[in-house]
Amino acid sequence: MPNARGATVEFRDVTKQYADQVAVDGLSFTVPAGKICILVGPSGSGKTTSLKMVNRLIEPTSGAILIDGTDVLQEDPVQLRRRIGYVIQQVGLFPHQTIEENVGTVPRLLGWPKDRIRSRSIELLALVGLDPKRYAARYPAQLSGGERQRAGVARALAADPPVMLMDEPFGAVDPIVRDRLQAELLRIQRDQGTTVLFVTHDIDEAIRLGDRIAIMKDGKLVQYAPPGELLAHPANEFVAQFVGSDRGLKRLGLLTAGGADLDSGIERAGVDPRAPELKASTTLRDALALMLERGVQQAPVVDDNDGRYLGVLTLAKISKMLGSQA
Amino acid sequence: MDPGGRVNIFVDTFAWFTDPAHYTGSNAVQVRVFEHLELSALAVLIAAAIALPIGLYLGHTGRLAFIALNVANVGRALPSLALLAFALPIAFSLGLGLGFWPTLISLIPLALPPIMTNAYVGIRGVDRDVIEAARGMGLSEPGILRTVEAPLALPLILSGLRTASVNVVATATLGALVAGGGLGRYIVDGLALQEYDRLFAGALLVATLAILVEVAFGRFEARAVSPGLRSPADAL
Amino acid sequence: MTEGEPLIRWDWIGSHLDEIGFRLLQHVELTAIAVTVGFIIAFVLSLLILRIPRIEGPVTWVTGTLYTIPSLALFALLIPYTGLTLLSAEIGLVSYTLLILIRNIVRGIRDVPADVIEAATGMGYDNSDRFWRVEVPLATAVIIAGVRVATISTIGLVTVTALIGQGGFGFLILIGIQRFFSTELIVGAVCSVSLAIFADAMLVLLQRRLTPWTRVAG
Ligand SMILES: Nc1ncnc2c1ncn2[C@@H]1O[C@H](COP(=O)(O)OP(=O)(O)OP(=O)(O)O)[C@@H](O)[C@H]1O
Ligand SMILES: [Mg+2]
Repeated sequence: MPNARGATVEFRDVTKQYADQVAVDGLSFTVPAGKICILVGPSGSGKTTSLKMVNRLIEPTSGAILIDGTDVLQEDPVQLRRRIGYVIQQVGLFPHQTIEENVGTVPRLLGWPKDRIRSRSIELLALVGLDPKRYAARYPAQLSGGERQRAGVARALAADPPVMLMDEPFGAVDPIVRDRLQAELLRIQRDQGTTVLFVTHDIDEAIRLGDRIAIMKDGKLVQYAPPGELLAHPANEFVAQFVGSDRGLKRLGLLTAGGADLDSGIERAGVDPRAPELKASTTLRDALALMLERGVQQAPVVDDNDGRYLGVLTLAKISKMLGSQA
Repeated sequence: MDPGGRVNIFVDTFAWFTDPAHYTGSNAVQVRVFEHLELSALAVLIAAAIALPIGLYLGHTGRLAFIALNVANVGRALPSLALLAFALPIAFSLGLGLGFWPTLISLIPLALPPIMTNAYVGIRGVDRDVIEAARGMGLSEPGILRTVEAPLALPLILSGLRTASVNVVATATLGALVAGGGLGRYIVDGLALQEYDRLFAGALLVATLAILVEVAFGRFEARAVSPGLRSPADAL
Repeated sequence: MTEGEPLIRWDWIGSHLDEIGFRLLQHVELTAIAVTVGFIIAFVLSLLILRIPRIEGPVTWVTGTLYTIPSLALFALLIPYTGLTLLSAEIGLVSYTLLILIRNIVRGIRDVPADVIEAATGMGYDNSDRFWRVEVPLATAVIIAGVRVATISTIGLVTVTALIGQGGFGFLILIGIQRFFSTELIVGAVCSVSLAIFADAMLVLLQRRLTPWTRVAG
């Protein structure tokens, strides 16, 4: 039940100049409605500045940012911000309010009736995996770091914003919790159809979450592409280095056995019996690891749901895909 | 003297200050200033002799934190007039009479809390790693207190002494109520005799003295404390 | 204190309950007016300081100097102008509250974590909403800490106003000193200290009431 329709966010030649330096330099790109765009780049490359210009916490020096075609500079900043979800690394939960009150912040600012705020808060807490019975009445100080992040995401989602801005939201939690939060964010975002602009330092996080990745350096956009394309065709040496020397493997992580070019000419019975049976949804990266571990050249692939045999995946095919990237 | 004579009060007070009669005899300005400072200095010295060792010791060992930290609040709850009131029967029962002694006795408990709490907080605030390092280099516990903790806590210790001194100088004025000397004499007598020039002169003298003590202490602190240690943090 | 006179004459207390009650009321009134007026002035000055940081130095200097001037001297300086009145007492008492109150109000507001401010702004609080609904509530604990110190000091200082004809329990102390009557003196002192402790306890309760989030386990 998608409550919100995502909005298109367009940066049009946006520049932010500080007295002694240019923080963002001629940035132009468009995030299609309902997609997740990840901003990555080294420290100081202008990611946070770009994000904050969308909800006008920072005003651009020149250029325009359009949400569904309307220039944000033409709107009242306070009203604008109430329509844009905002999550920061330190979360910024209000220490003096319970989790439920925190989540209800923007609806309250928008003047929703009390019971609607309440039911929406409860619904959202459940959505981000915080049992309302246990957590609604707690104060932020009574939550773990990961739980606070969830509450922060719930608070940002409260008024069905068409756009969410997230600045390193999972930066301060351990890898296992981050994994879960990422999975939940993806689920929620697909559910709600929100457009998300997401800043991270972590290229793996970018590849996992992003529909598009914007790589920034010194305030400029270096490359803007879907993760697969970024890994397959880094625009230059900087991007290649940034995505890492293992980008081939990373790219395999984006592809599935079911989507590979399978050899269906071989009978199921004819496949090496030591070979592991792969589900169609297995990533090629995991498939490769399993095959190398068992020391086999080929492995049967079956349908996730009914176990129907689909064909054989061979090492030769995988290495061909690795080779096709450059 | 007409209390409504607002313009005249300055003229009268100026006249009071320029009258040579006020610089001779036992009620001379310089005598009263000296009495005031003598009483205040003695009170602060006695209080420091009691409070500093306790504060330093508690700070070094970390014991009785609750008491060490809250004694300053309790101290603030004790009204100076009440302290004087309590000191009076004590001085009497010790046969010390009126004036100097009851005032001194009432000033000491006023000066103790800021000195002690600041010493405690100052010592506790010293980086534990520095102390660990000193211990590792073989310093004895008193050695650590003397060469490491006390110097590092100096800014706070001094500001505790300043708070105490300013309070004491201010409160020593009340000694005149129990027939003590000091600058309070002019105020109390001026009030009683409705001589507003004397009252005003006394008030100006006490106010100036308190501010001078504050300023002088501030200057001294700035010099005594190494620039590497200067911090804006005051416990009180 | 004449020989043979007990330190406390309980019968005097019994026969002077009306007097003690009257002094209590007077003491509370003098304190309440001073702290309330002081708080209002301090709050306005704090708002100015937060908006125009340049004036923080001068304001601190003036209130600090006022704070340093001995109470008896300050009251004495006022007498030629406002006489032996409630007004003289209150001008002095209010002056002494300002330094502490302003320091705590300004510090309380400035100590509100930057991420909380950013989150509030980012979600669409306007400046005045953010100030009253986020910054002031979060500064409450520090502000009340200042009010506690100001209240305790004021209760002590009220006793000194006995010298200008006010004084609450201070009046009993002063008369006790003048008449060498220890009962009256001790009653005045004990009641004054008790009032300070009671007021402090009330303010602690108020602070707990107003800031329940500070008491949850971290
Ligand atoms: N208020 C400011 N005044 C001057 N320079 C600023 C200001 N804010 C940011 N900058 C500069 O602009 C550049 C971009 O900052 P920004 O915060 O957008 O970087 P970032 O990509 O988010 O970095 P990080 O990954 O470390 O968070 C930096 O070089 C920073 O020093
Ligand atoms: Mg940043």
